[in-house]
Amino acid sequence: MIVLPGEFIEERKGRKLGKGVYEENGKVFAKVLGLPRVTDTEVSVIPLSGAYLPNVGDRVIGVVSTVEIAGWFVDINSPYLAFLPLGEAVEEFVDTSRVDLSRYFDTGDVIFCRISKVTKSKDVQVSMRDMVSRKLYGGVLIKVTPYKVPRIIGKGGSMIQMIKQKTKCEIYVGQNGVIWIRGENKGKAIEAILTIERESHTSGLTERIERMLST
Amino acid sequence: MKKDVKLLVNGKRIDGRTPEQLRPIEMKVDTISRADGSAEVRFGNTVALASVYGPRTLHPKFLQEQESGIIRVRYNMVPFSVDERKSPGPDRRSMELSKVMRLALEPAIFLEDFPKATVDVFVDILQADGSTRVTGINAASLALVCAGVPMRDLVAACSVGKIEGTLIVDLNGIEDNNSESDMAVAMMPGREEITLLQMDGELDKQEVMKLLSFARENCRKIYELQKQTIKEKYKSE
Amino acid sequence: MQEKYVLELLENGKRIDGRRFDEYREIKVEKGMVQKAEGSALVSIGKTKVAAGVKLEVGEPFPDAPNEGILIVNAEFSPIASPDFEAGPPGEDAVELARIVDRTLRESKCIQLEKLVISPQNVFIVFVDLHIINHYGNLIDASGLAAIAALKNARIPKVEEGKIVRGEFTGSLPLVFTPVIVSVCKIGNNFLIDPELQEENVLDSRLVVGVREDDKICAMQKQGSKPLKFSDVEKMLEIAIAKSKELRKLVE
Repeated sequence: MIVLPGEFIEERKGRKLGKGVYEENGKVFAKVLGLPRVTDTEVSVIPLSGAYLPNVGDRVIGVVSTVEIAGWFVDINSPYLAFLPLGEAVEEFVDTSRVDLSRYFDTGDVIFCRISKVTKSKDVQVSMRDMVSRKLYGGVLIKVTPYKVPRIIGKGGSMIQMIKQKTKCEIYVGQNGVIWIRGENKGKAIEAILTIERESHTSGLTERIERMLST
Repeated sequence: MKKDVKLLVNGKRIDGRTPEQLRPIEMKVDTISRADGSAEVRFGNTVALASVYGPRTLHPKFLQEQESGIIRVRYNMVPFSVDERKSPGPDRRSMELSKVMRLALEPAIFLEDFPKATVDVFVDILQADGSTRVTGINAASLALVCAGVPMRDLVAACSVGKIEGTLIVDLNGIEDNNSESDMAVAMMPGREEITLLQMDGELDKQEVMKLLSFARENCRKIYELQKQTIKEKYKSE
Repeated sequence: MQEKYVLELLENGKRIDGRRFDEYREIKVEKGMVQKAEGSALVSIGKTKVAAGVKLEVGEPFPDAPNEGILIVNAEFSPIASPDFEAGPPGEDAVELARIVDRTLRESKCIQLEKLVISPQNVFIVFVDLHIINHYGNLIDASGLAAIAALKNARIPKVEEGKIVRGEFTGSLPLVFTPVIVSVCKIGNNFLIDPELQEENVLDSRLVVGVREDDKICAMQKQGSKPLKFSDVEKMLEIAIAKSKELRKLVE
């Protein structure tokens, strides 16, 4: 049951306000078109549409847009550009007066990283200091509506695992709606992903995708 | 210009409607796939198309507001939308209406959620038969919601007026030009807040308030239609 | 810079220049100061100065109004008046102001346009040009007043063989009403009139009202980025009607 901006969802009752909602006089209202989610601890609305607005902790796929003196600006498919500081990307000490950072990441490079900071005026910082973040070589990128990402990943990753297995492709899915695929059968993988995006609300989707990938 | 047209005959208006009757209304969303949100709204023969792009980065930088985003609205009449071809491009009326429409929508939007960015709203009037600005606002409001722009409430708008002493709603082109008085109202019905109010005519204060009340009733009707349209479209999500 | 201070004052019932909320700054009206114009007036409200000039031309009537003269209102936000005004064609604020003044004059039927017909297919075109000279807030009330003051001292030039003979006149412009424009502003929970420059930057919303001497509302326009409640509108109309009488006295 979707909600529209201005629709009353629930009384706040001390709960945390997640994204997509606002409060007035103890009542929580929807801020965006989406699906309401009410738990004991939080009231929020998952948006059905809209530009990707970064949240700390999100794992995203970005494309390096400029090389700076002490870091890189990264396009994360958002109205806001993210910054990857040198210290969050490279372990060793780098003498920035001598070294051109393009030797680590150059314009156009694709990275899988984590949103580490978002200020009030939406200055965004990303980090690669963890085991999962990495540069992604080769492959191609496609974009989907961020809202559909959970469906593409599936429960416990089941959907995306199935696609990876059946197509023998390497796939990374960013919460910002950017997906990276590499492999000979990437065409099939992409078709499957776009089908899920289009038909996410229909039933029997998993079976259909399975059949599509088996041919 | 005025007075030779009989706008009310036996209680029926020039197009057969009763004074409180709205024209047939059609609302569709997601009509323009390139846009982040879009809608088409028809009130009788008046057709407004709206597209929303954003939030998106704002260039040049000096236009950016650090603490909040901005919305930009362009109201435009297509050259073949009217009887006498309208020269393409902005004219004074479009400039004023663009401003007035922006102020009608702005209070509904959480600008602080997208600092330094912009939400661009484009409204094209494909066919004009009176009440174009309110039709445009109704379309823009739907498009904004579909684009996922954070809002406090939808904005619903309508036109009301007075002809031969009778209050009417949703003025068509002829009524627009010949009424004793006309008023355009936009509001956030859930919050009982007025965001657009323009009036021309010769009315005393009580008549103004009566007309305003009439507008409020009708804006509520339009609001319900807007909500229904979106829910219908997204019901399978 | 001073916005926070202005807002604080207002919340405490005070204004930056010590005025009451329902008080206009000092208003001066000077008529006929431009001899070349058929009518002219210079209005200052506090430090805001607006000049209005009336020029008459002859031309063809509009096809849908063959028995009427024509009224055209234009406003120029001259760069001399403010560091924020740029040279060039009128921006949206100038256009909006001109259109509000136009609607007030037109809907009030203050000019008897039917008396401005010279011969079939030849009518008088009345140009009312508003020129902002110093912007210190409340341009619209000043413009409205300047426009009607200029129209009041406007004279019809002599016409010979379809052409205007400048410098010779046959009478005054046929005016039957004196509409004026009053802006009422809402800041927080307070209503005030005649916002000066710094107050304009902090106001929430504004209702511009064109009022005729019989208390009929001829034009109304909401401005500003915050919404109004229905009860606000009623109160603001009452204030506008009351204040319009003060303004009108200055041009009678």
